[in-house]
Amino acid sequence: MADKTELLTGLAEIVEEVAGVAKDDVTAEKSFVDDLDIDSLSMVEIAVQAEDRFGVKIPDDELANLKTVGDAVDYVAANSK
Amino acid sequence: MSALTLRQGPAATRVLGIGSTQPDRVVTNDDLARHMDTNDQWIRERVGIVERRFAGEDERLVDMAVAAGAKALADAGADPSEVDTVILPNCTMPTPIPNAAAQVADRIGITGAGAFDINAACAGFCYGLALASDLIRGGSAGKVLVIGAEKLTDVVDPTDRSTAIIFADGAGAALVGPADEPGIGPVSWGSAGDQVDMIYMRDHKYLFQEGQSVFRWATTQIAPVATQAVELAGLQLSDVDVLIPHQANLRIVESIAKRLRAQGARDDMVVADDIRYSGNTSSASIPLALDHMRASGTVSSGDVVLAVGFGAGLSYAGQVLICP
Repeated sequence: MADKTELLTGLAEIVEEVAGVAKDDVTAEKSFVDDLDIDSLSMVEIAVQAEDRFGVKIPDDELANLKTVGDAVDYVAANSK
Repeated sequence: MSALTLRQGPAATRVLGIGSTQPDRVVTNDDLARHMDTNDQWIRERVGIVERRFAGEDERLVDMAVAAGAKALADAGADPSEVDTVILPNCTMPTPIPNAAAQVADRIGITGAGAFDINAACAGFCYGLALASDLIRGGSAGKVLVIGAEKLTDVVDPTDRSTAIIFADGAGAALVGPADEPGIGPVSWGSAGDQVDMIYMRDHKYLFQEGQSVFRWATTQIAPVATQAVELAGLQLSDVDVLIPHQANLRIVESIAKRLRAQGARDDMVVADDIRYSGNTSSASIPLALDHMRASGTVSSGDVVLAVGFGAGLSYAGQVLICP
């Protein structure tokens, strides 16, 4: 299982690149939609990049359950190879 | 036993002329916001559309196809009598019987031509162009008129903001004929029928699409189709002057361009963004974009154009062509 601090750092870099949110603002308790103003299509782009980077599959129906950055970190930690 | 005689056509084909048409009625994002829960900023951010054209009730798919086809002939300086085949990619002909192609050919003044519709949804124009080129190369046809025409407002729920803001009406055409030098490259095409449920007619009435799934598919699976089309034509991505992906969503278009640039396409490659003022017109979007870009001067005769269509089926196709 990957280290969650490293996952959060990596995920924050992806969110910054896709959505233009400063990576320091991407913290575990933040909601993608409500706090970071990320729309559904940007979520797909984030998922695709996370899949490539972390070797994990994030299907669209799972993606809908990832409300916060922490949810995404937990999902990747639990499902990455 | 008697041997059959076969015909062999010319080795190469090219697009001889292009033309397009759109309804006069311009529909802005503010117009749509008056009767559904949406707004200009939301639409621009999600799909990149500023305005689109909607056909009137008396403005039919076949009417738009006739106008676009006639313009392509005029652009090529060709007489209708020179055309022996008409292919009409579309997915919104209101009647399965009769097809659109035969009546459109007749109204343009093309008599006795082989005429048929094909349905590869938003990939239709690239499928049609491939068929046209290979019919000529095989000796079955001399000059082929390919017309992508759609009246998507017939199949879109006007109150569904996930589709009503995107889809629109229009037609675009290309006349294809023999050439001394190749002007249409080999097609890279395919389908993914296992994902048929991603875009379909709900209750046989209204178009439905799984937005996120379509976005993921288009932004990850279509750039490789485009790259293969370039390889099949014996070119490098850096040779491409103009990229025209099907105008599905500006963010999909930009994502495909970004992937291709990461693989060697030039930063100064022109990328079609005709969706901004035309909406998503399915099989009409690629020839509409090419015609508009040539008219505005962003694309010139002789430019290397990479076209790639993708949509319901799922189906996809791409090829390189030289702008007439």
